[in-house]
Amino acid sequence: MDFFMQLLVNGISLGLLYALSALGFVMIFKSSSVLNLAHGELLAIGAFVFLVLSAWADLPIIIAFSLTLIGTFFLGFLVERLFLRPLIGEKLIEVIMMTLGLGIMFKGLLLFIFGGDIHAYPDFLPEGLSFELGNIFIPSVNVATFVIGILFLIVFGFFFKYSSQGIYMRSVADNQPAALSLGVHVRRVFAMSWAIAFIVAAISGIVLGIINGVNVHSLSAVGLKVFPVVILGGLDSIGGAILGGIIIGLLETFTGGYISTSLREIIPYIVLVIILMVKPYGLFGLVEIERV
Amino acid sequence: MENEIRLLVNNISVVYSDVIQVLKGVSLNVTKGHIVSLLGSNGAGKTSSLKAISGLLKPENGKVTEGSIEYDGAPIQNFSPEEITRKGIIQVLEGRQEFKYLTVEENLRVGTATRWGKPYKEDLELVYHYFPALLVRKKSLAGYCSGGELQMLVIGRALMAHPNLLLLDEPSLGLAPLLVKEIFQIIKRINREQGTTLLVVEQNANMALQIAHYGYVMENGKIVMESNAEDLRENPDVKEFYLGTAASGALKSYKDVKSYKRRKRWL
Repeated sequence: MDFFMQLLVNGISLGLLYALSALGFVMIFKSSSVLNLAHGELLAIGAFVFLVLSAWADLPIIIAFSLTLIGTFFLGFLVERLFLRPLIGEKLIEVIMMTLGLGIMFKGLLLFIFGGDIHAYPDFLPEGLSFELGNIFIPSVNVATFVIGILFLIVFGFFFKYSSQGIYMRSVADNQPAALSLGVHVRRVFAMSWAIAFIVAAISGIVLGIINGVNVHSLSAVGLKVFPVVILGGLDSIGGAILGGIIIGLLETFTGGYISTSLREIIPYIVLVIILMVKPYGLFGLVEIERV
Repeated sequence: MENEIRLLVNNISVVYSDVIQVLKGVSLNVTKGHIVSLLGSNGAGKTSSLKAISGLLKPENGKVTEGSIEYDGAPIQNFSPEEITRKGIIQVLEGRQEFKYLTVEENLRVGTATRWGKPYKEDLELVYHYFPALLVRKKSLAGYCSGGELQMLVIGRALMAHPNLLLLDEPSLGLAPLLVKEIFQIIKRINREQGTTLLVVEQNANMALQIAHYGYVMENGKIVMESNAEDLRENPDVKEFYLGTAASGALKSYKDVKSYKRRKRWL
């Protein structure tokens, strides 16, 4: 029972991380229908920016974290401006190929600068964060993941639900010509969605870096995991991304705990295949509203 | 002040994809504070004219190739929709283009995009004042609203932007006659009470001419007739081809109705 609870806690905190990472992916897809194949590299970029600021520049953690978020936000704007805006109006497949190219380029750049070794952040999480619940020990990394995951999911949830910018972004995803007719700055919305995707990717990249160490290959591989998450949850649903993330996180830890650790990495993709066969729109994909 | 020109469309030609010409020298002007209607059958170029004004030709690969469009004396042809909407020209698209997955109130809030960050509570109240039906539905998804509610929603959404010139594309499309009447009454009230200048494109010529001050008739990408609304209503050709009433009002004999007998005088 204790083992079960331990896996449950681990699974949920891992799942929240996946959810956060998938959120950035869903944002871009919702506003511009682009599948961002560079998502794993965005995670890696965030993790390495934080590494440079926290370990190399030796800044206090809070400042390094905030600077990473601000930096990746502007990086997102820049990437959209330089590489994706010129492709607006081109075929979607060209834009998706562009993200594939961007991913390979980012990965190459990171490997060139930082090499393929595993780097580590300075030990900054206070031991006091960890606590014991009955016989289960919850390490501070999991507590931090949990808090950060919940916090940012709520922040972004509120942003999309209530803020004007969030509503404009959803309006573009919903009906682009109508949004244009009301003066919504559609190009700015695309840029915003990339900037926000960079931020949420950076957050999940940093937390993954705390757990597994910072390594280009392993971080960009996690990017691939957004696919099972978003396909399970429904490509265009933010709520679905969150639930999909938690389900995949739980599946991974339970498979790893009860069946075999080597199956752990494969199980999300097995689920992906099954979901695509039985419910291709995902569990929580938008129900097409049709008036008859 | 009374006869100040808000919009001046001067002999414009519009071409889609560099080859398909849809407007061949359209000129019209809209006086400040007036309702002007633009009539014509399908494919006459009414919608293209509106899109030329609002800048929405651009995303459809259309362009104003000749002529000029002046708004309050400054040229605006081929500007981007972002710039034109910020000058206060808002187009209500044909066919009720609501945001399905947004609630009614969120739909209205998108109307504030041209003046982001400014307070909008009073504008919401104003819209609910004109369209009380929307107040009841404000928390429900627009995708589940009826056609009449949606037409009110998209007009209300445009009002949120504080338009100086509102371009309405077929507000009567697919609505029951009573509802059409109600919508047109509200349009007239908005014009009178808010001083909004309106350019209304319509198939329902009867309704449009009842509320308009001035009217234009389009055919094959050209303006073929223009006049005061009353004169247009009385014009025998307009009566015959757009209002569907006989010239005398009495029943005509079969030979008079035969379409080859009567030809449009302007062709």
